[in-house]
Order: sequence, then C-alpha cells, then structure tokens
Amino acid sequence: MTIPFLIIAFVTLVPAAVAMALRNLIHSSLLLIASWAGIAAFYFWAGAEFVAFAQVLVYVGAVSMIVLFAVLLTRHTRIDAGLAPDSIGRALAGLLAGGAVFGVLLGAVLSTPLRVGAKAAAQVPVKRLGLELMNHHTIALLAIGILLTVSLLGAVVLAATDSKGKGATP
Amino acid sequence: MILTPLHLCLILSSALFCIGLIGALTRSNAILVLLGIELMLNAANINFIAFWRYGPNPEAGTGVLFVVFAIGVAAAEAAVGLALVIAIYRHQRSIRLQDARLLKG
Repeated sequence: MTIPFLIIAFVTLVPAAVAMALRNLIHSSLLLIASWAGIAAFYFWAGAEFVAFAQVLVYVGAVSMIVLFAVLLTRHTRIDAGLAPDSIGRALAGLLAGGAVFGVLLGAVLSTPLRVGAKAAAQVPVKRLGLELMNHHTIALLAIGILLTVSLLGAVVLAATDSKGKGATP
Repeated sequence: MILTPLHLCLILSSALFCIGLIGALTRSNAILVLLGIELMLNAANINFIAFWRYGPNPEAGTGVLFVVFAIGVAAAEAAVGLALVIAIYRHQRSIRLQDARLLKG
C-alpha cells in the first residue's frame, strides 16, 4: 500500500520541482506533463478512476498542448528566450516563503490526529456519477458548460485579434 | 504519532502546493507562473480525493464530483491565461512579468 504511493509521490514531486528550477521553458513543460501523469496515477491509486481519466484527458492531453503552443508562440529568438536571471534576493525570498508555508502545513498535518475510515475503498461507478451529475448537480453542469464555452471563445478573441494594426506600444 | 495513509496524501499535496508556490513567486516568466498556479490547483484536487477516499462516507462521491468540476474550471483558466500571455507578448514582445505594466492595449 505504501510503496506504490511513495513511487507515485516521487514521480509527481521530482519533475515538478525540477521543472520550476529549469531555465529551458520547453523542458519545464515536458517535465510538468510527467508530473501531471503522476497525479493521474495517484487518482488511480486512490480508486477514483474517472478522475484519473479526466486528469489524463484534460492535463496530459489538452493543457500540455496549450502550454507548448504558448511557449513556441512566445519565443522570439532561436536560443531559448534567455529571460534575464531573476535576482538572488527574490529567489531567496520566494524559497523562504514557500519553505515557511510548507513548514506550517507539515506541522499542522503531523500534529492532527486523523482517523481513517476503516472501510475498504468504496468504488463510485461511473454510472452513479453520471446519475448524480444529472440529478443533483444539473445546474452546476450547465454552468460549467457555459463557462467553458465563454472562456474558450474569449481565449480565441484575446489571442487572435490584432491590436488595431500598427500602433501597438512596444 | 502514527502516520496514516491520509497523512501521507496530505504531505504529498502540501509539498506539491509549496513547489507551485515557490515557482509562482520566484520565476518572472508568465508561463511558468501560470504553471505554478496549475500545480497548486492540482494539490487542492489531491486533497479532495484523499479526504473522499479516507473520509467517513466514501460512498457519497462528493469529492470525486468536486474534483471533476475543478478540473473543468482549471482547463478554462489555463486557456484564458495562456491567451492573455500571448496577447501580452504581442504588445510587449516579452513575457517577463516585470515588463507587463500596462493594461492599455
């Protein structure tokens, strides 16, 4: 039970950490795909198959492609956009803040006695999930459909319209 | 002090959250900041699944439903965010966040 979890945690955390530290944007986004796949494996491990499939479809399939396209569309030089290195002070402050948050969270988690339900993993079959979505959460389902439509149309409008031609501020 | 699987899941999700937080705070590349925020969202989803799986009432399936909706909203957010990045790149010829100081087109 624990060994697979540790492998999944390793596969999830190490690519994410390396991706956040790398200079090369394409390597970062490819590593993040591995991290998202690790999260999908975690959902499988926890018994939420439908969420795992949704994660693979949405993150590993779609969001990664959008990110790669954005990276490629915003490169202006052959050599990978050598963004000026961030100042050391900013990196240190960020690390300090993140480490402090992690310390607080770790302390809170470790000092909380959590009672784990003794039951075995309960499966939620996809059929019941669909019935639940259509019965109790119909409004939310419709709302998220409208949200997705509007936001994708907005994304197209934002990315496709030229800024009135020539006079764009440099 | 006994470490239950729920503890392990919570530690995993808080580590992922902090990696995303550090990335969003330290990098000045807009795309990487967005990816850090995506990582933080994923950490929240892991928490939902963990509490659903080890909670007192796993038959209800509410955690699964919430995560499905959260993934949908995160997809919309990623699309709009990256479109904004491309629009900023068009205006400023750079995606450094320090350069993006104008809202005016």
